[in-house]
Amino acid sequence: MTGTRPDKSKLYYPKMTPTWWLKRPNYILFMLREFSSVFIAVFLVVFLIQICQLTRGPEAYADFSQRLGSPGWITFHVVALLFALYHSITWFYSSAIVLPMRIGETEIPRNRVVALNLALLAVVSFVVLLLFISLQG
Amino acid sequence: MADKTITLKVARYRPGQDPAPTLQTYTIPYRQDWVVLDALNHIKDQVDGTLSYRWSCRMGVCGSCGMMVNGVPKLTCAAFLRDYHPREIRVEPLANFPVIRDLVVDITDFLDKLKRVKPWLIRKLEKPIAEGEYLQKPQELEAYKQFTQCINCMLCYSACPVYGLEPEFLGPAAIALGYRYNLDSRDQGREERQPVLGAHDGVWQCTFVGECSEVCPKHVDPAAAIQRSKVEAAKDWVKAVLLPWGQR
Amino acid sequence: MAEKKTIEPLWWALFSAGGVVAAFLVPIHIFIFGFAVPLGWLADTGAIYRHVWVKLYLFVLIALPLYHWAHRFYFTVNDMHLGVPRKPLALLCYGGAVVGTLVTAWVLLRI
Repeated sequence: MTGTRPDKSKLYYPKMTPTWWLKRPNYILFMLREFSSVFIAVFLVVFLIQICQLTRGPEAYADFSQRLGSPGWITFHVVALLFALYHSITWFYSSAIVLPMRIGETEIPRNRVVALNLALLAVVSFVVLLLFISLQG
Repeated sequence: MADKTITLKVARYRPGQDPAPTLQTYTIPYRQDWVVLDALNHIKDQVDGTLSYRWSCRMGVCGSCGMMVNGVPKLTCAAFLRDYHPREIRVEPLANFPVIRDLVVDITDFLDKLKRVKPWLIRKLEKPIAEGEYLQKPQELEAYKQFTQCINCMLCYSACPVYGLEPEFLGPAAIALGYRYNLDSRDQGREERQPVLGAHDGVWQCTFVGECSEVCPKHVDPAAAIQRSKVEAAKDWVKAVLLPWGQR
Repeated sequence: MAEKKTIEPLWWALFSAGGVVAAFLVPIHIFIFGFAVPLGWLADTGAIYRHVWVKLYLFVLIALPLYHWAHRFYFTVNDMHLGVPRKPLALLCYGGAVVGTLVTAWVLLRI
């Protein structure tokens, strides 16, 4: 390729600051989505610790569960649930883009794929709830 | 029509003289049907001939006039003054690229990356002309057509925070164009593109922010191309791990 | 063809699997174990853990999203340009997920 290339010594190189993601609403939403994974992980670790209490006996397990009823823990779980649902919704949008669904030749519109996934989420949640209740005895 | 005006704050940078770009204010006539490019042309013709910027077709097909308009990467030939008036408009060079002068950025990095994905039809064996053209069904064309619409305007690179943070990232347009050729039924070059697309600074650096597809003026949806390329690259990786003797 | 092999596809695949599990299963589990049981809306006798398939389910539920977190968190911390060195961060994230997987298996086998 002929032609001149710019004089590198005179170029101005813009720098990105650590607060780059605060500059656009979409970037903030992106960061929230990424941080949802932290809340999900923390919840699962707390849940694992609760399960671990069973090695110390059923009273330890029930005791731990009762302590989760404190205002602090309830607040954490409210926030965690909101983030988990935000993860679910953004995940469904993403998966519609990564793996487009087709009926024959036509691609199903993305919003419909998201709606279908949300319906599936409701069904799966209901099934898990039923199983939890029915396996108590 | 009343003599309405609009204020533009335009980035100026004189190489070798200024330490950093500064904003220069111009107040110009406001016309209902003008785009930002018209405003810049008015400034250059009537107010300040020293202003430098790129433009060509002024109708959204050449990809030359990309700039940051109020912090958003846009084709200035497609950004109407009436969508901003009476607020002032800030025009700056395309983000994430080194600035040569005023609104002109150095695009050599993008051009180098574009070349690396080999955006042309690759055949293991070229068909002799006497055998006729490569036939392609309408459905085969549909499979990749959307990704052919790229005009190399680089708005996606300006919107991509990963490209800004990690300059070695291959970037949305280059990956989308590599994907476009991989999808083309006439192409047999997927293996050749694989080392570039499947490298760490290829598809894997993308964190699916998705802003590239938001700003693309031709609705190419490079974010989709990249994520689907990740699936393909993962499949290639599994094959390479399970079948290291390279069966194809 | 000699190309530099990257292990990223593996982490990305685990990240994707973890993301699916988290998307479909985590919300209801937060509801049950974060609200319903602690607040007394539902009883939890601990009897569910007697079933082997429940333990397998819980292993998948807990272990896979840890890889989802690891991959996302590693990239996010890097993207925030806070100057955190990469190799220790990768060890913390991906190593943490692996350790978490082993601990989960160990706990589920012991109860």
